[in-house]
Amino acid sequence: MSPETMTLLRTVINGRHVDLEIESRELLIDLLRERLELTGTKRSCDSQVCGACTVLLDGQPVSSCCTLAYEADGKTVQTIEGLAQDGVLDPIQAAFVEHAAIQCGFCTPGFVLTTKAMLAENPRPTRDEIKSYLGGNLCRCTGYWNILDAAEDAARRLADDAGVGS
Amino acid sequence: MLRRFVIHQPATIAEAADLMRRFGDDAAFYAGGTELLIVLKEHLASVDHLIDIKRIPGLADIALAGDERFLTIGALATHRIIERDTLVRSSLPALAALEMNVANVRVRAAGTIGGNLCFADPHSDPATLLSALGATLTLDNGMAERTVRAEAFISDLMTTDREPDELLTRITIPLPEKPVGIGYERIKLHERPTASAAALVSVADGVIASARLYIGCVGDAPQRMWDIEDALTGSPAIAASGERVKQQIASQVVTYDTPFESAQYKRQLASAVCTRAIAAAILDANGREEARHVA
Repeated sequence: MSPETMTLLRTVINGRHVDLEIESRELLIDLLRERLELTGTKRSCDSQVCGACTVLLDGQPVSSCCTLAYEADGKTVQTIEGLAQDGVLDPIQAAFVEHAAIQCGFCTPGFVLTTKAMLAENPRPTRDEIKSYLGGNLCRCTGYWNILDAAEDAARRLADDAGVGS
Repeated sequence: MLRRFVIHQPATIAEAADLMRRFGDDAAFYAGGTELLIVLKEHLASVDHLIDIKRIPGLADIALAGDERFLTIGALATHRIIERDTLVRSSLPALAALEMNVANVRVRAAGTIGGNLCFADPHSDPATLLSALGATLTLDNGMAERTVRAEAFISDLMTTDREPDELLTRITIPLPEKPVGIGYERIKLHERPTASAAALVSVADGVIASARLYIGCVGDAPQRMWDIEDALTGSPAIAASGERVKQQIASQVVTYDTPFESAQYKRQLASAVCTRAIAAAILDANGREEARHVA
């Protein structure tokens, strides 16, 4: 393998520093799933349409199936595995469980992470704003209503947590 | 699996252009990658060298220029940056609204307006509105700059006027001065629009004084609807004036059959979005006209 087609990646994944030599052509989804065994990130459409492979790159949702791992250099990556702390679900995950916003679960990591990015930008979104932001994530089971309810409830939970903390 | 390539990180436009001249067909400029990576993944194209232009400073800046009569947008500004930019939202809300509805939030986080224009997929939004607005595009090969009118940039299906070693660096948009209304409408079933239309309408004394009209997506490039512009000029500045030219739009728009969309279907869609864009522009112009009288 030519060294020219390799590159050094320095990134932070779920709060952990990762220094790795990668191939320039390596996709972020393959780095996560195959090399780091973070299989919560799902491959589905492979063309930036469905949102199952969503991860947060410096807080912005991206399709890891269409992002070179090289793009994570100097940035932070958050995957679904990084959300729960010490076995306690993130409030967004808890809202998804409580509202049964999950059936087969394949799309759920993408929905949860996209919701996280949305609420970081806009802590009190309207129902229409939620529909717009989550509009690029596809679910073939739930019919979406429970997901929208969960996202609304997650916003309330995070606002309540912030209120308790202040 | 992608074929192996080398990634280059030029720090200046001159370096990027030099790399492109050196590697020629074996290289591609790489920015957001939303279109390029899909093409490479599908093995529709392959390159040995990716020239990552994202490290070149200053190419994503958004500013007002020329006594605040122009909005300039760096070609590397992502759709998300543009949709959320306070300057764009205040000076050209129609563009912010367009960007907010491009594909999905992930595509918008990675994809750049420059990449979108250079890829020149007809099923795309920005080129149609920028053509109607009379925007100009600045191209730079590291030795000289030149400008191209947005409406002339896309020369054929997925083909632009850009030379291989030229970088699209910025987009300069004249901000409408008179009581000009802007309307942009699209029909989008999935990620990409199927038909779109942009209208600029100026209104004086309740009458359409001038109109500028482009239809996108259904042909190889955004197309100007000269005859419809003429037909609208002098009509009352009410939404019904758009309805009155709907059949004429359907018969005059240039389109063709494609595997999943007949020409007839696209004529219908194009006339519907175009009529809506005209109505939206008239509404916008009337709003501004009234605001001016109040002021």
